[in-house]
Amino acid sequence: MDGTWLGTDLLQYTASGLTVGAIYALVAIGYNIIYNVTEIINFAQGEFVMLGGLFAVFFLETLRFPILAAFFAAIISVGAVGFAMERFVIQRARNASVLSLIIITIAVSILLKGSAMLGWGKDPYSLPAFTSGSPILVGGAAIQLQALWVLAVGAVVVISLSFFFHRSLYGKAMLACADNPSAARMVGIRVRQMVLLSFILSAAIGAAAGVAITPISLMEYDRGALLGLKGFGAAVLGGLGNFYGALAAGLLLGLAESFCAGYLSSGYKDAVALILLLLVLFFKPEGLFGSAEAAKLKRF
Amino acid sequence: MKKTDRLIFIALICFIAIFPWVVQNISAISHYVELMVFAGIFGLVCLGLSLLMGYAGQISLAQAAFFGIGAYSSGILTAHFGWNPWLAMPVGALLAAAVAWMVGIPALRLKGHYLAMATLGFGVIVHIVFNEEVDWTGGPSGMVDIPGLSIAGWKISSELQWYYLVWGAVLLVLLFSFHILHSRVGRALRAIHEEEVAAEAMGVPTSRYKVQIFIFGAVTAAVAGSFYTHYVTFLSPSSFNLMWSIRFVLMVMVGGMQSLWGALLGAVLLTFVGNEWLQVFADFEVVVYGGILLIVALFLPQGLISLFRREPAAPPNPISHASDEG
Repeated sequence: MDGTWLGTDLLQYTASGLTVGAIYALVAIGYNIIYNVTEIINFAQGEFVMLGGLFAVFFLETLRFPILAAFFAAIISVGAVGFAMERFVIQRARNASVLSLIIITIAVSILLKGSAMLGWGKDPYSLPAFTSGSPILVGGAAIQLQALWVLAVGAVVVISLSFFFHRSLYGKAMLACADNPSAARMVGIRVRQMVLLSFILSAAIGAAAGVAITPISLMEYDRGALLGLKGFGAAVLGGLGNFYGALAAGLLLGLAESFCAGYLSSGYKDAVALILLLLVLFFKPEGLFGSAEAAKLKRF
Repeated sequence: MKKTDRLIFIALICFIAIFPWVVQNISAISHYVELMVFAGIFGLVCLGLSLLMGYAGQISLAQAAFFGIGAYSSGILTAHFGWNPWLAMPVGALLAAAVAWMVGIPALRLKGHYLAMATLGFGVIVHIVFNEEVDWTGGPSGMVDIPGLSIAGWKISSELQWYYLVWGAVLLVLLFSFHILHSRVGRALRAIHEEEVAAEAMGVPTSRYKVQIFIFGAVTAAVAGSFYTHYVTFLSPSSFNLMWSIRFVLMVMVGGMQSLWGALLGAVLLTFVGNEWLQVFADFEVVVYGGILLIVALFLPQGLISLFRREPAAPPNPISHASDEG
């Protein structure tokens, strides 16, 4: 009997780890999109996730949108925030030093967080699950339907992004900017437009993650920083700029965190991802799936 | 010290000496002495950060963590073990130095965004520890029963005594910082800021100097933390979170990164802005902070002090530019 009990726990932790890991993966992909085009690490990435959840609450509860419409409306709204961030802030800072750019994106993150606090207050908000229904029982472990939705959102984003980058003209143009901005401009790609697009896309993906996770773990104004930091951990672990690496690393981080919360200490579960982040930065900054030679060519 | 710096230093001593006598006679601002104690404590944190950011060109978003390590070391050793605060203070500073050494060696090999994220992550981990080790730190509900400070049996009780103690410490650290800047280390730091590879090629042991300055910043922050502990006699993890690390960076930025005077100016200015002049904004405070940070970083990257300078600010380092193709 003891054996099955242990197995049930394991299954339960795995399920919740994969769910939260999918969110980290989406945040990490958001970092990668902006980094690939601009070589900027956007410290406001986590705030996009927070805003996604809170905007969905606004559309659903205040404007009485159906859940699907609220989901897309939130994504579009946060995409607009990304647009504004690039147009009014990042573009003005094109000649800033790296130190200034770090401060600038941190300032934007404080502004977004502060505005969210003014708009929504300090209470956590919840959303109904995308589809109602009782949890699925697998080997004694209860898996919420919303967890499946989170994984589905993650899968759709990853699949459509790989189509976008490898099949569409815009996607290929963005990859070209990532490769070599000067050469990209030489062949007629409008680099500035691609930078703008990268911020919109990254904000929208963050928002999708935020809406998807809110029914499970609630959302409040100050969740952005930690989500952003863990997502960055996933981005680095997977090799900065590497999409599939980010996906794998995000799931890995989620699992590590979930197992730590289950078997070791729930208070320190937030520290797990951060300690992994530090270890990777210190000992293998090119990430698990990146190559050391390529990492040397990158500018931070 | 250059001649102008020496003049400003003497002017500062006079200002510090006279300030309380002026404000204490005006009842509306007599509590400014208390604010200046906090400003001095934050100024200590900012001096080390200014050396690191302005002179060595490295960013640290972990300054609140070292401030907290000093504060909690003092708090725990005096409240739980009954140590003399003056003995606890150097122990806290040593602990901060040891942690800074362990984190600094691998972290300062990183640059730019990676360094910022690494120090940020470290700061958040320390904050989590303060929150979770409830037996030692009291956790989120805080820590009480911390004794005050006394010198040779004579208790430091009034705001005025605290004011002179803290600002005396600031002046000492300031003198020491100027000494560093005009030594071999200071010249090496500026070389690192200008062009790290070139400095290395000229035989400057860049990583050793960067780590040394990082440790120096951690020690001053820890000492400031000890003063804070015994002055406030109450500790809560929320005084050492990420927002405080960002505030310290903001103080240094607003005042002027490449000037120790700028760091002090920023610390004083933002302490007054945050605790006094922005009170009308209440909940808007965070937004206003973000706004100031954004405006300074965009339009005044050399800080307020650059407005008083005659010589043009150093041109930005072309290598450390982010892609300007965007």
